[in-house]
Amino acid sequence: MYHSLGERVSNGSGVSAVFEGLSNSLQKALGKLKSKGKLTDEDVQSAMREVRLALLAADVNVKVVKDFVERVRERSIGQEVQKSLTPGQQVVKIVHDELTALMGGEEARLNMAPKPPTVVMLAGLQGAGKTTTAAKLALSFRKHGHRPMLVAADVYRPAAITQLQVLGKQIDIPVFDMGTREDPVRIAKSGMAEAERLGADVVIIDTAGRLHVDDALMDELSRIGQAVSPNELLLVVDAMTGQDAVHVAQTFHDRLSLTGVILTKLDGDTRGGAALTVRAVTGCPIKFGGTGEKIEPLEVFHPDRLASRILGMGDVMSLIERAQETVDMEQAEEMQKKLLSAQFTLDDFRAMFQQVRNMGPLDQIMKMIPGANQLKGLENVNLDDKRFQRIDAIISSMSKEERADPNLMNASRRRRVANGSGVTVREVNQVLNQYEQTRQMMKRFGGGMGKKLGLRGARKALKSMGKGMGDLAELGGGDTQLPDIGVTGLAGGGSETRRRHKKKKKR
Amino acid sequence: MGLFDRFRKGLEKSRSNIWGRLGGWLQGNRIDAQFYDDMEEALLASDVGFDTTVWLVDQVRRQQQKERISDPKELPRLLASAMTEALSGVNSQMHFASEGPTLVLVVGVNGVGKTTSIAKLAHHYKSEGKKVILAAGDTFRAAAIEQLMEWGGRVGVDVVRQSPGSDPAAVVFDAIAAAKARSADLIICDTAGRLHNKANLMAELSKVYKVAARELPGAPHEVLLVLDAVTGQNAVSQAQVFREAVSVSGIVLTKLDGTAKGGVILPIVRELEIPVKWIGLGERMNDLEVFDAKDFADAICSS
Repeated sequence: MYHSLGERVSNGSGVSAVFEGLSNSLQKALGKLKSKGKLTDEDVQSAMREVRLALLAADVNVKVVKDFVERVRERSIGQEVQKSLTPGQQVVKIVHDELTALMGGEEARLNMAPKPPTVVMLAGLQGAGKTTTAAKLALSFRKHGHRPMLVAADVYRPAAITQLQVLGKQIDIPVFDMGTREDPVRIAKSGMAEAERLGADVVIIDTAGRLHVDDALMDELSRIGQAVSPNELLLVVDAMTGQDAVHVAQTFHDRLSLTGVILTKLDGDTRGGAALTVRAVTGCPIKFGGTGEKIEPLEVFHPDRLASRILGMGDVMSLIERAQETVDMEQAEEMQKKLLSAQFTLDDFRAMFQQVRNMGPLDQIMKMIPGANQLKGLENVNLDDKRFQRIDAIISSMSKEERADPNLMNASRRRRVANGSGVTVREVNQVLNQYEQTRQMMKRFGGGMGKKLGLRGARKALKSMGKGMGDLAELGGGDTQLPDIGVTGLAGGGSETRRRHKKKKKR
Repeated sequence: MGLFDRFRKGLEKSRSNIWGRLGGWLQGNRIDAQFYDDMEEALLASDVGFDTTVWLVDQVRRQQQKERISDPKELPRLLASAMTEALSGVNSQMHFASEGPTLVLVVGVNGVGKTTSIAKLAHHYKSEGKKVILAAGDTFRAAAIEQLMEWGGRVGVDVVRQSPGSDPAAVVFDAIAAAKARSADLIICDTAGRLHNKANLMAELSKVYKVAARELPGAPHEVLLVLDAVTGQNAVSQAQVFREAVSVSGIVLTKLDGTAKGGVILPIVRELEIPVKWIGLGERMNDLEVFDAKDFADAICSS
């Protein structure tokens, strides 16, 4: 029921669509500049406004934004515009670099105790997702060969202990609890003893969530901390948190000396600017990102990807990785051959959809593509899997000959197929049109999928996919210059994808 | 006005903080460009969002010039009245069925406080002498049903439930049948928290909505979207998408007893015209209050 895509980090233009990606708005602000020389004071001035708006819309704290913009401004003025970039892209690059630097650059690891058990304590506001995160974290540890145990120390929220027990049972990890009448500090201590008895080498303590202004709870948390001296004291933060993230982070950090942060609900469409705030205030690295309610191992957090997300630049890296994981290389090569010989049949068309579908829910994938947030009306397109199923049904209702040669599809055959798949003739026509468009497009795009489609190509591909599936009206600003990161054709070109992926890393 | 004292108290706790509260911009003693910049910043720091912040500052500036005000101490009043204006104009009254049971559907993303808000609503209406039935429509999250049962026991109202994993629409169906049989006045339906960008989950919610409408004329009489005051600009997008899926008729703003100011309701009410109907100010059963635009604006602007 719940899809989870691992660490997908989508750009999340949101429905408000008030703010397009920063790179788009910077393009607009700076697009007219012909100069390839140095960035002037004036250029930077107008660009900084856009940067500020984008960061504020992403919920980065207003003070953090102020400092950040100041730093970027200083760095930008007088910068040589690189040959390959437009002034707008140059500024985006500086912003992106600075953001990534601020986020901590590299992926952070967990501190393990030299002598087991390693104790991980979770803290956070109500509803941030501590209990779910505790279970996911336990699963992550087991995946790496550890024997984790969970301790239920939230004695306040009704059924919080039951929730952890149910989750523990689901993933088959022991949960220690002492009911709701016991002092959480004692529960934590007894939990440690129990871990020793069970031979668990990692103890994860789920604590009660409260408002951070609640002194009694902060006391309790700090007493638990003193009692078990955790190797990691992680603050669980909802990625949708607004300006108040600054208070949350500060209060918890002052009282508890955090060692890291877990950002939850990243599968939403929020840009997650709170991450930047928390990082700026506490200096603690963000160690994991949580996506989805399904209990799966947590994913390592990639600061640079979140930087892209905050800026609304899409997340090409995650997309490429996902494509590599799921796209069947042999099939992709096969398809490439077929395309070259212009023998792209309806079967191939279906296989192409299948490959895309394997990557996860389409709406999530779309958001990873830079510029996809420019597709007007994209928010309204219902990209659920049902439409895939319908296309699948329609194609399945055709005979082998028809699938190999769609030209055979006359009116009476179309009617038969519509009846066979339980749709209207109109829908059959749509699928056939869509197929034809895709075929034409692929022919046009470089006589094969081996060559990169480029962004424009990818967008066109999306457009043609969208057309049959919904009322995807028009491509907005289809010719906007965006960094051509070379999203290879979704259907194939796997080897090409990998090569580019490496290249990108080196940069 | 006991409730807003609590809201203020929450705000006060952040006063000492360098990031300041909204009243912080009063420090200047001259009304100049810097003064308005500070005001803008204070509003942005309260999650009011850029567009509405610009609108508010503009309103205040215009009024200040009109009234020829030179004392900055007058400005909180102007700001409060601009905020009140932005928050009024939509009806915050709860809507009830003219006859038969009234059905309230409660929706929202994960972790905003839906179940707690339902318990508080149940308590509120039970104390008014109404017979309330709760429907445990969150059949997904582990122990969500138990959580609602626990609250039902504390408040003293019946809870209609099925086993975990069952169809939430079926739970609502049962609850309506139960309400008719027991001649209850009010059915409050819990739903699983869902992120609004998941099409399949939003479709599931639409189904619950349709079943309610089919089984009970005029239902759901209220669709309350629960928003966490801590949430930033994403709340606007939540309101928009939930409104499209299930015609949200009102908002419950929770966790206002913390330092979060909940300023994001300003763009929601102003731009989307969805009224705020309730505010949550704590974890106890009676920590739910009817929303009042003026009180809210005064509390947030007072120094």
